[in-house]
Amino acid sequence: MSDLTKLTLAAARDALKKKEITSTELTGAYLGEMEAASALNAYVTPTAEKALEMAKASDAKLARGEGGALEGIPLGIKDLFCTKDVLTTACSHILDGFHPPYESTVTANLWRDGAVMLGKLNNDEFAMGSSNETSFYGPAVNPWRRKDSDAKLVPGGSSGGSSAAVAAKLCLAATATDTGGSIRQPAAFTGTVGLKPTYGRCSRWGIVAFASSLDQAGPIARDVRDAAIMLGSMAGHDEKDTTSVDRPVPDYEAALGQGIKGLNVGIPKEYRVDGMPKEIDDLWTRGIEWLKAAGANVKEVSLPHTKYALPTYYIVAPAECSSNLARYDGVRYGLRVEGKDITDMYEKTRAEGFGAEVRRRVLMGTYVLSAGYYDAYYLKAQKVRTLIARDFAEAFSEVDVLLTPTAPSAAFAIGEKTDDPLSMYLNDVFTVTVNLAGLPGISVPAGLSAEGLPLGLQLIGRTFDEETLLRAAFAIEEAAGFTAEAEAWWRA
Amino acid sequence: MSVDQKTVRHIARLARIAVRDDELEALAKELNGILDWVEQLGEVETAEVEPMTSAVAVAMKMRDDVVKVENLQKEVTRNAPGAEDGFYVVPKVVE
Repeated sequence: MSDLTKLTLAAARDALKKKEITSTELTGAYLGEMEAASALNAYVTPTAEKALEMAKASDAKLARGEGGALEGIPLGIKDLFCTKDVLTTACSHILDGFHPPYESTVTANLWRDGAVMLGKLNNDEFAMGSSNETSFYGPAVNPWRRKDSDAKLVPGGSSGGSSAAVAAKLCLAATATDTGGSIRQPAAFTGTVGLKPTYGRCSRWGIVAFASSLDQAGPIARDVRDAAIMLGSMAGHDEKDTTSVDRPVPDYEAALGQGIKGLNVGIPKEYRVDGMPKEIDDLWTRGIEWLKAAGANVKEVSLPHTKYALPTYYIVAPAECSSNLARYDGVRYGLRVEGKDITDMYEKTRAEGFGAEVRRRVLMGTYVLSAGYYDAYYLKAQKVRTLIARDFAEAFSEVDVLLTPTAPSAAFAIGEKTDDPLSMYLNDVFTVTVNLAGLPGISVPAGLSAEGLPLGLQLIGRTFDEETLLRAAFAIEEAAGFTAEAEAWWRA
Repeated sequence: MSVDQKTVRHIARLARIAVRDDELEALAKELNGILDWVEQLGEVETAEVEPMTSAVAVAMKMRDDVVKVENLQKEVTRNAPGAEDGFYVVPKVVE
């Protein structure tokens, strides 16, 4: 492995500014790693030529002592983000050949700050999945394997290409999106840091929509500092997204060193679910001890409606997805399957273009929104959602952050859960509440399972208080001292 | 509430997704599995609860209703499977 790819984003940024390395060298090193890692299927569309052009432009700026916060930093971009003139499919067959004539606001912000695009990363089709197995381009593979086993494991989902690429050092950091856990669960499965910001912190404009009231963009990165730097560039007000908030973007990196003495940390007792593996429970206990040792006050809190979060999510998310995905009609972009008339063309196009999980959710959403069922399902779910958000508001009147496990298990094998949609959905039991309430959450690698796989702890913060969240995450990171790395078995 | 094969056919039509007859049984079973599971929301008392309409409490912003980009007809039709002279081409809709 090239020494260049061992640098964190922060270290690479500093070395570029001091002219110790060039972006062209750094980008070249990553392109080499990407080529040698096709076994991971992390990238669906590498953009080597574009990367080298962008790196060259960055080097010119850096040579003049200019450049933005991410000048010359090579990143991977989840295929859910529209990138101008670069194939964007959300890893769905129905978006075959789509070259957006515009750039998503989040990626535009990254390029504004000088970042370099290495390529588009794999994800579950339309971000619907928890294992990256629903991608039209096949599953991304976790760089981590169980001790003494060469079984291929999932990198989590939906941002599985992002988590696999960051963990295998195929980019310095990656963009991702999180609708029910799609940033945090993949981060936990791969020993990386995943940050889902408050709803409205990043613009959704130009991100292929799944469930508009839940979707939010954020970074997957190697450590907490890198995640803070990424968020600083990704976040910001955008008049093209009315739900993006008009408030200043703080210096997130500056928040890290401030310590957590006196911070009030809540432990939600309802997250101690039946059948939780002992090693997850033990990790959680260790996390509590770390925060106490760093000076935090820890107390138990109650979020009584927690058990209703997943069923609520599986009404709200499919309802919104069925509405958002109505636009794929074989007329404006992507796949078209001809039919005997226009309705037949719509129906054949959508039957062939959508995979099984997407079809299941569109049908489910159509049903819960259909005449006679709207009140019983969708309205009911939105009311329960109010109660879930209220639980959090009450907890945050007593504490500053909440600490929970990120996922109920370590990474599982490819194919292990594909037969039963419900068992797959249960992966998001600790993460989905956060989306329903619009809160920020972060997953930090905190230890290894008995089988040698990474496990993550999740911190949940108050609305728009990513700074406190990052400060607490940094404390966990320092205490955990997680330095384990996946062995590079994938290298061709 | 549970869905039968006729209902699956109906919602597939509403969703404009062609479904083969031999797929209906499995689809009904999958949807019923999920519907049975979400049924537990019935336990929650919500008579006095307002439905959530916004994930984060912010006032909806207003903007001036003005054209900000030039005509993009060529760009927006560029990706269409069928386009001619800047228009989308679809099967005949009106006799």
